[in-house]
Amino acid sequence: MATDYRAILTDPLIRQNPVTLQILGICSALAVTTSLATALTMSVSLTVVLTLAAGIISAIRRHIPDSIRLIVQIVIVASLVIVIDEILQAYLAEISRALSVYVGLITTNCLVLGRTEAYARHNAPPAAMVDAFGNGLGYSLVLIVIGGLRELFGKGELFGIQVLPLAEAGGWFTPLSLMLLAPSAFFLLGGLVWAVRSLWPAQAEAPEHTPPLRNEPAE
Amino acid sequence: MAGSEWNPWRRFLALPNDSRTKTIGMAFLVSALCAVMVSGATVVLRPIQAANRAQEEQARIEALVRGIPGMAPLLEASGGALSTVVIDLDTGRAAEDVSPATLSTALDDPANWTALDPGADPAGLGRRPDLAQIFLLREGDAVSLALLPVTGTGYGGRIDAILALSGDMNTVAGIAVTSHSETPGLGGRIDERAWQLDFAGTEIRDETGEIRFQVAHGAATTPYEVDGITGATRTGGGVTRMVRFWLGPEGYGPFLRAVQRGEF
Repeated sequence: MATDYRAILTDPLIRQNPVTLQILGICSALAVTTSLATALTMSVSLTVVLTLAAGIISAIRRHIPDSIRLIVQIVIVASLVIVIDEILQAYLAEISRALSVYVGLITTNCLVLGRTEAYARHNAPPAAMVDAFGNGLGYSLVLIVIGGLRELFGKGELFGIQVLPLAEAGGWFTPLSLMLLAPSAFFLLGGLVWAVRSLWPAQAEAPEHTPPLRNEPAE
Repeated sequence: MAGSEWNPWRRFLALPNDSRTKTIGMAFLVSALCAVMVSGATVVLRPIQAANRAQEEQARIEALVRGIPGMAPLLEASGGALSTVVIDLDTGRAAEDVSPATLSTALDDPANWTALDPGADPAGLGRRPDLAQIFLLREGDAVSLALLPVTGTGYGGRIDAILALSGDMNTVAGIAVTSHSETPGLGGRIDERAWQLDFAGTEIRDETGEIRFQVAHGAATTPYEVDGITGATRTGGGVTRMVRFWLGPEGYGPFLRAVQRGEF
């Protein structure tokens, strides 16, 4: 059976997006998106960790004892995360400080364990790595969209370069400070999920609860 | 087939996955390889990280001096330069044969360190260097500002900071935390500027010469106190002990007295 790498790679971008469809890994997606630079660094780190972890786990998938498979996967993911964190501290010290604990928290990002457990454990290394890379890209896409919007409307900047002229400096744009606070990430992510699910109605979940019938208030 | 295999590695791989030998063997192999990977990365990248940290510390020292009210004009007047001095902590005078350039070599020598008794070691350091590099700003002949690197132990680990003392060597002019590993959002707030600004003007000793400085539990009520951080009592205690130790007789005490006598 031929493996359709194209579909594996492009599916997680929107149709099977890990963040907007599966709502995985949103903790870090919300925390590091105050600026495009941190969002991009986080995206790259997660994609690299996820791809390498999927490759390694897939390569040894036939030899991972079932009873300790989760711990083996976590040890591999955690080691890769530490290595990435060290590299960031060495070469991107400024951004590494801005990301603080969140790089370390890639270890516990359910997206990573989700992909290695659900896909890499049952597929050959090339397919597993393509799948992981695609999921990393899907995660990155959401982070970059949210990070870009937050930086643009919160500071009028993109990548630290002034795009919208600030009112303080004689322009017309007044920064929305709310965009730099955590709640705005929830609003934006919620809006994004809503937008995606309106365009692709198949993604909408069936309601789990039906609200009780409301009686008309008595006149 | 597996029984006739002579290669022990193949025999190991051919074992059923849930056999005890294979489970323990795989756990051991994975951890060993991961340990090699992590330690390799740490060792290879450490020099670059250390250089980054040194650069950052320099930037923080400059920012600290600029942030102290009234310091910018003083700095301009003195040509914008702080003088760097290596002092001998025991005598409180400038070290004779050590310059800032040779300091790190001198500190590699265990003879230049003093072990601290647990009783006389409130900052939890274990040992203390005999030499320290400090930064001075002079106004005429008198020292108008001293920047003293200090180290202590907080809740999460080591705290490094630079404490700025005004010319009377009893009033804090400012503090900059250069590295710490406190809990983000709680003790980690010690690197927030708003909290550090509260140090300016805090006094260290009362008239009798007793060190009264402390990070308060809650809001500061005396001139010797700094506001505490909610949820970070142990970090605050660590900062208190750090400042008390380093400004006491085991730390910069002799140096501070020498400056106050006008001998520096």
